[in-house]
Amino acid sequence: MITGTPKPIEEILEMIDPYERIVVAGCYGCVTVCRVGGEKEVQVLASTLRLARETAGKKITIKEVCLERQCDPEYIEQMRPYIHDYQAVLSIACGAGIQFLAEKYTATPSLPGINTGFLGVTERQGEWAERCQGCGDCVLHLTGGICPVTRCAKSLFHGPCGGSVQGHCEVGKDTPCGWQLIIDRLKSLDQMDNYVKLKPYKGWNTSRDGGPRRIVREDMI
Amino acid sequence: MLEAFENGADGVMVIGCLEGDCHYLSGNIRARARVARVAAILESIRIGGERIRMFNLSAGEGAKFAAYVNEFVGQVRELGPSPVNVVRKNAA
Repeated sequence: MITGTPKPIEEILEMIDPYERIVVAGCYGCVTVCRVGGEKEVQVLASTLRLARETAGKKITIKEVCLERQCDPEYIEQMRPYIHDYQAVLSIACGAGIQFLAEKYTATPSLPGINTGFLGVTERQGEWAERCQGCGDCVLHLTGGICPVTRCAKSLFHGPCGGSVQGHCEVGKDTPCGWQLIIDRLKSLDQMDNYVKLKPYKGWNTSRDGGPRRIVREDMI
Repeated sequence: MLEAFENGADGVMVIGCLEGDCHYLSGNIRARARVARVAAILESIRIGGERIRMFNLSAGEGAKFAAYVNEFVGQVRELGPSPVNVVRKNAA
């Protein structure tokens, strides 16, 4: 899922300072699962903002909505009947959703209520960790299902660097060395032959190095 | 919890079962964490984090419940009305 963290309330209050009528828009997708932008978070944020603004003597009217997904046009379209009654949309979807709102409703400012994080997993209740950087050229079949791009701080492709000490990465003792994880896993799978296979240079043009990416599926159009 | 403050509460008590004795196993532990979050929110918007507190009681502790209520009400009285209620009163 795409993860995120709430923006500090002071930052949001500054953002919405010019407005008296706003929409707080959540998303039932990833941000609901990581507890930062779903229906409950819309309610908490809207309540917080109303209290803060009223206490400061500047009351605000807030419409609370939660869309199925803010990254799909048909759901964003659901805001069209009322969007012009409000001065801004404070979205607590991921950065993709916030930008899609901005693209679809050009006359209404879209404001970010969260800081979008990474593609990750729920390790336990309330704790999420990065697993994928969307490099566009997956090698997990060679690395025991552990991503060297994401789990190695340097995104190395041919084993651990000198900063790997007793299974830990030099960036922090709480960070396991990605390559140690890969080697341990390959050993347990009896796939160490994958470790010694020479791999060609990775083409980072499928990653961010090629600029903003686009997928076109002719069979789906 | 925040809605209670919007509806005019000067303080909010959240009462759960005794820790380790929750029907939902960790429900009251999680509730404590949620209360701490709301306290931080109230602090950040200058209403005051001390206006919300979590208490743990069993269903058989009536006297203790009354004592907790008296204690918390006393604390909230000392704090005075919530800043949002002060604004509302001045505007009326």
